[in-house]
Amino acid sequence: MAQRARPLSPFMHYRWQYTNTLSILHRITGVVLSLGFLLLVYWLGSAASGPECYASALAVLGSVPAQFVLFGVAFSFCYHLLNGVRHLFFDMGHGFELATARASGRAVAIAAVVLGFVVWLAVRAGLGGVA
Amino acid sequence: MSLKSPLRRVTHLGSAKGGSAHWYAQRVSAVALVLLGAWLAVALATLGGASHGNVVAWLGSPVSSAFAVLLVLVAGWHALLGLQVVIEDYVGDEGKRVAVLLIVKFAFAVAAVIGVLSVLRIAFGVAA
Repeated sequence: MAQRARPLSPFMHYRWQYTNTLSILHRITGVVLSLGFLLLVYWLGSAASGPECYASALAVLGSVPAQFVLFGVAFSFCYHLLNGVRHLFFDMGHGFELATARASGRAVAIAAVVLGFVVWLAVRAGLGGVA
Repeated sequence: MSLKSPLRRVTHLGSAKGGSAHWYAQRVSAVALVLLGAWLAVALATLGGASHGNVVAWLGSPVSSAFAVLLVLVAGWHALLGLQVVIEDYVGDEGKRVAVLLIVKFAFAVAAVIGVLSVLRIAFGVAA
């Protein structure tokens, strides 16, 4: 039986607005944070395995490639947390007016970049004090 | 001819009737993670450097280790619920989808158990 062409998902033909990007960023930062969760477990596991194992884990986490990853995780943490609260308000039926949704999205994006940078610097300082 | 009934062929293709429970669990764990995430950020910021001694002393306190165990469990659960939606959205082939879901679920189960056991080892002074 021949199947008719399936309808396209709305995101395939909606006009671009920056709120679209904020929406997909929530998903992307969620995936990044899932990797961050594995890093958290790696860090806890190394701490539980004794000082030598912990020292080598800190050397890995303090390396330049790991710093890029940690910056991504720090930004994702702040963005996903702030935008997650925004979405919880959406879920309760608030903030759907276009002007409100755009303003809250802009506030979340700016705050996430600033806070993400602060968190990354704090993590760097914590790791750098030892490694 | 097949032993499959026509009903069997159509009933597999609809809602699994579990969507709202998944959706709600994602929100409940999200609210918990707002609190646990803020706790982690404050705890790490006030740790005074990530030396082994500092981490062991921090997780040696009953309140800190309790929150750390909760964080590992709730964050792993929330991540798994979210990754499941992403995988279901983008992996079209059913066999591949089931395989990827199983691998991710097993990996997160292992990671969560390692995380909890690590915190408990430190809390009980095994890693000192």
